[in-house]
Amino acid sequence: MHRFANPNRFLKLANAILPWSNGVLVVSLLAGLALALVWSPGDYQQGDTVRIMYVHVPAAWMGMFAYVAMAVASAVALIWKHPLADLAGRATAPVGAAFTFVCLVTGALWGKPMWGTWWVWDARLTSMLILLFLYFGYMALHNAFDDPQRGAKAAAVLALVGVVNVPIIKFSVDWWNTLHQPASVVRMDGPAVDPSMLWPLLVMGLAFKAFYVSVVLLRIKAEIADAKIRALRMSEIHG
Amino acid sequence: MTRKKRRLTLIGLGMLLLSAATALVLTAFQDNLVFFYSPSDLQTKPLAADQRFRLGGMVEDGSVVRDGQTIRFTVTDYAATTPVVFSGILPDLFREGQGVVTEGRLNSEGVFQATEVLAKHDENYMPPEVSDALERTGKMPNTMRMPESTSNTGS
Amino acid sequence: MASYFDMGGYAGYVWPSYAVTAIVLVALFVATWRGLKNRERTLETLLATRGPRRRRAARQEAPAPEAVNTASTTEETSR
Repeated sequence: MHRFANPNRFLKLANAILPWSNGVLVVSLLAGLALALVWSPGDYQQGDTVRIMYVHVPAAWMGMFAYVAMAVASAVALIWKHPLADLAGRATAPVGAAFTFVCLVTGALWGKPMWGTWWVWDARLTSMLILLFLYFGYMALHNAFDDPQRGAKAAAVLALVGVVNVPIIKFSVDWWNTLHQPASVVRMDGPAVDPSMLWPLLVMGLAFKAFYVSVVLLRIKAEIADAKIRALRMSEIHG
Repeated sequence: MTRKKRRLTLIGLGMLLLSAATALVLTAFQDNLVFFYSPSDLQTKPLAADQRFRLGGMVEDGSVVRDGQTIRFTVTDYAATTPVVFSGILPDLFREGQGVVTEGRLNSEGVFQATEVLAKHDENYMPPEVSDALERTGKMPNTMRMPESTSNTGS
Repeated sequence: MASYFDMGGYAGYVWPSYAVTAIVLVALFVATWRGLKNRERTLETLLATRGPRRRRAARQEAPAPEAVNTASTTEETSR
């Protein structure tokens, strides 16, 4: 664990991963878009609106995945006090918030023609909106204190408290009557999505994942550079 | 016990308590978290007369009757049924045999006067050819059986 | 071709979904990239002003990240 807590070792690792994640991003994004928009059929019930699924569902997956990653980073930061874990949580939050926002907007654009409404306050939609607010709260708390250490601590505690929302999002459609339909891909009986639609979905999912890895690594690099700048300025003042 | 171990235990314990508290709260508010009631719920939970609520279920096969602007259909959960009357614009996904969530009031004759109708779809996605083939071989899961007359509206 | 872009009558929902996704993710990527390059430039100028000898030392021993580490360890022992 401590091996990766060293920023210089981490930078080496990040620089080794970045060309790969960027490559996977470009290839899977091009393939995913071609599959999603051209080489996939319309749905027997929903017609071409099913194509919204190929951005809506990966965005939802990554919105939740990023939150779990942020909560794990927060736990490591609180327990082992690794400075890098705090930077990783900080770097993840805006990315997760962007994915969650995309999920909510594309969901509204899909709900209007199919369900007949942009928005309802059912358990799934509401818990997803709460996820977005948790990201906002995390980012706000991080900057709310004059002492960055205190801000980081408060934000990490919020991230951990909010992680209970993730299983609620996932199982809301099973626990309560909702307008949103039950899970189609990650479910006990295997995917209820025809292979011709499952492939574009999974390839787009890979593209979103690669995007996440690239952007988070770049953001952590920026956070490390920021810490170096602050340390240099401090030593200039005191030295 | 080292500081790290103590922090680990503290956070672990905190998470455990938090999950327990959340589970309790969610169970307590079970009824408020439900987006709609099913026709069976109406028989077990008497609602106050004239109370607005949402009724959800499947649109019974062959129950849709259009009369100008007014549309009548029956909502079923395969255990109980409730007749619904509605006038207005239906969502594109409104079909017999598909899910629906309506909002309105029950009148004195037990007919649900809906002011809004939303379509609820299931978790199955497939191209029309696949659904046709499943339909022919009778392998279509029953929650998504679709009426012959409207099978092409989606594509 | 026109019928393709029409998306079976749902063009007004399908295309905006992809547009919103593209705008948000591209904006995030560009902001991230710019933020990184800006900081790297600032760091370069800061290191350059400290003279060549100290600059080399700064690069090899990387005092800044250590400073971050010590900051957290002092905080740790202070409790």
